[in-house]
Amino acid sequence: MTRFARLTLAFAALAILLASPPAHAGKSDNSLVFASDVVPESIDAYFNNVREGVVIAHHVWSNLIYRDPKTGEYKGELATAWRWIDDKTLELDLRQGVKFHNGDGFSADDVVTTFNFVSKPENGVVTQQNVNWMAGAEKISDYKVRIHLKAPFPAALEYLAGPDVIYPGAYYMKVGPKGMSEHPVGSGPYKVVDYQPGKLVSMVRNKDYFKDSPLGQPTIDKLEFRLIPDLNTQIAELMSGGVDWIWRVPPDQAKQLATVPTLAVTAGETMRIGYLAFDSTDETATPALKDPRVRRALNMAVDRDALVKSLVGEGARVIDTACFPAQFGCTTEGVTHYGYDPKKAKELLAEAGFPNGFETELSAYRDRPLAEAIIGYFRAIGVKADLRFMQYAAIRDLARAHKMPIQYTTWGSFSINDASASVSSFFTFSADDLNRDPEVRDWLKLADTSTDPAVRKENYKKALDRISDQAYWLPISSWPLIYAYSKDLSFTPYTDEIPRFWQAKWQ
Amino acid sequence: MFTFAVKRLALALLVALTVSLISFFLVRLSSDVAAAIAGPSATAADIEAIRHHYGFDRPLPVQYLDWLGHTLRGDFGDSLYFRKPVLGLVVERMPVTMTLGAVSILFAIALGVPLGVVAALRPNSWIDRLALAVSVIGQAMPSFWFGLLLILYLGVTLRLLPISGSDTWRHFVMPAITLGYYATPAIMRLTRSGMLEALSADYIRTARAKGLRYGKVVGKHALRNAIIPVVALTAVQLGFVLGGSVVVETIFALNGMGYLAYQSIVQNDFPVVQAIVLTLSAFYIVLTLAADLLNAWLDPRLRAVSGA
Repeated sequence: MTRFARLTLAFAALAILLASPPAHAGKSDNSLVFASDVVPESIDAYFNNVREGVVIAHHVWSNLIYRDPKTGEYKGELATAWRWIDDKTLELDLRQGVKFHNGDGFSADDVVTTFNFVSKPENGVVTQQNVNWMAGAEKISDYKVRIHLKAPFPAALEYLAGPDVIYPGAYYMKVGPKGMSEHPVGSGPYKVVDYQPGKLVSMVRNKDYFKDSPLGQPTIDKLEFRLIPDLNTQIAELMSGGVDWIWRVPPDQAKQLATVPTLAVTAGETMRIGYLAFDSTDETATPALKDPRVRRALNMAVDRDALVKSLVGEGARVIDTACFPAQFGCTTEGVTHYGYDPKKAKELLAEAGFPNGFETELSAYRDRPLAEAIIGYFRAIGVKADLRFMQYAAIRDLARAHKMPIQYTTWGSFSINDASASVSSFFTFSADDLNRDPEVRDWLKLADTSTDPAVRKENYKKALDRISDQAYWLPISSWPLIYAYSKDLSFTPYTDEIPRFWQAKWQ
Repeated sequence: MFTFAVKRLALALLVALTVSLISFFLVRLSSDVAAAIAGPSATAADIEAIRHHYGFDRPLPVQYLDWLGHTLRGDFGDSLYFRKPVLGLVVERMPVTMTLGAVSILFAIALGVPLGVVAALRPNSWIDRLALAVSVIGQAMPSFWFGLLLILYLGVTLRLLPISGSDTWRHFVMPAITLGYYATPAIMRLTRSGMLEALSADYIRTARAKGLRYGKVVGKHALRNAIIPVVALTAVQLGFVLGGSVVVETIFALNGMGYLAYQSIVQNDFPVVQAIVLTLSAFYIVLTLAADLLNAWLDPRLRAVSGA
């Protein structure tokens, strides 16, 4: 090797060694980088259906109503007061002096423009469930609006406090959903300063955020959402200081991360519930499932406590209901609890005419070890289930065509704290109703549309009791979410799976 | 040569057509595309309306010809997930993938050629065995595993290089090593065998007898002749590298076509999946054609074998 070549190599090595990557600042410059594995297809809150989109929306835009996650109490955010004029008309008084990030003042026009646009199906809002309860909005005065409902819908407040955010009307009509996604403008605690599709969203603290907001005032100056598809890469970035916060850490890796002195690991329960759904219709691919004794046997065959302890993890609890226990209307009173009793399960199967069990299929799109464990429990009582592990959309198609008799699946209720977002999604004769029980349907329709809380609770109770008595589902547990972040960060998780970075601060 | 080129071009077009057929039918047969467009909360009536609106109820050959016609005009349709023209999405992501591909192949050449030369100069020695070991490991080790090892040691432990993203040239170092290492063995082995053949040739013996420096004999005379088939192989390896970018871009969070392919498959975004399969196949076909033509130009015997 020539002298020149040796010198060149040495210089290159030195250059690489000396030019270390710039360390991410985090605490020192009051910024926070959080990473996830999914990027919203659009930043516009009404045109994406991923959790990350919901998280960004809660930081960039404001709602009319705020639900306090600790107390469950509804407080005014962009609204200061509200009242039901009748069971299909909600009138709200609006807060004065709020400005959007582009300087436009907030008024009734913005509420009316936003809701009249998103409530029209032809405008193509992706999550129709969030908006299709609205008939439209009407301006009463500059700071008073009425929202008209298509039908009585008591969960309206929950949606107004959740996914239904308010846009600057004039700006939105000018730029449309595409423009709003490319250059988001809201009135929230953070404003977007850089958006690179498929890569990152950078936000800075809104210094003009209205002082009376029930959210409080944010303290972290800069937020950056980064897309990192691979979990191992996320963990590597967290350990090297490249990011400050990640979530959805699997329990086994959480244990290892908890030993890293610079990191904190927290498990928080979420509204997501995991369950098996049995197709008990006449078209079911496994006729045995039409017999409630068979379904009850399957419920008794699974040791849910053991499953939760070993496979679901800390923060989860066994559930007996077709809803998340804290949701309004979700009650365990009178609900049948099926304990782990494989002997009794076999007796029930024999009584139903299947002393030697039967064959069936079980689908799953996630949590494969859990699905396999359940199959093992079934096998112990003679029921041989073949696992079909595939994409959610493919399973949904098969189930709707009655070609998938048992599904292991989960449901997050879009973080809506009302039973109408969980149990009613599956038992009111929609495409996803695999049981078609008219009594349950009628009780749920009454519960979903009554504005009397007592009537709602009574009818949800009746429906949930029958669902558990008939064992239409095998409810398993709530799902925890494990967060890992820098130890210097003060962060509190909530059950709605919405990290509130406006509350976080560096210690 | 002209006849050979025309025949190869015709074959390349046939391959491209076959790939388009396979990718089209595989996507249509793998899932209900109307349901994918309609979304999770759609009713059966909604899905049927969409099926009719997009023409999915027509016979598959008719759908294929319609799709082919649009594709040839550069219209790949709109992404179901991003709701943007597919062509725009693919073009937007292409620079990252091309950069990664180019840097990876440069790494493969920078590692493979010197290793091959050294192995040929000392056949059956420990250096030769070491080069072989490097080659075997490169072929056998999964790229995602190698990538994670690099992240662990160079990113987390030593903090020498950034772990994810594509903002600077330094972000491409680990991904390029990961991807390039997979292409290295073939280049190394071909260089080695080419060098062994060249070093035993008469003109090399003559050059040494004339008293030329050893380095000049190896570098100027032997390597120059041995490297010719490696150039053609590199073109083919570039095609493999582009295909392997799906995994590497996902691990290193590079916003390229490979990651777009991964996202699209997960989201059932079939127009994007089809477009990417077609684009990467087209690249590979063009590179293979270029390699064939280059080889035939350099070695006329190949033209005779193929009947040109």
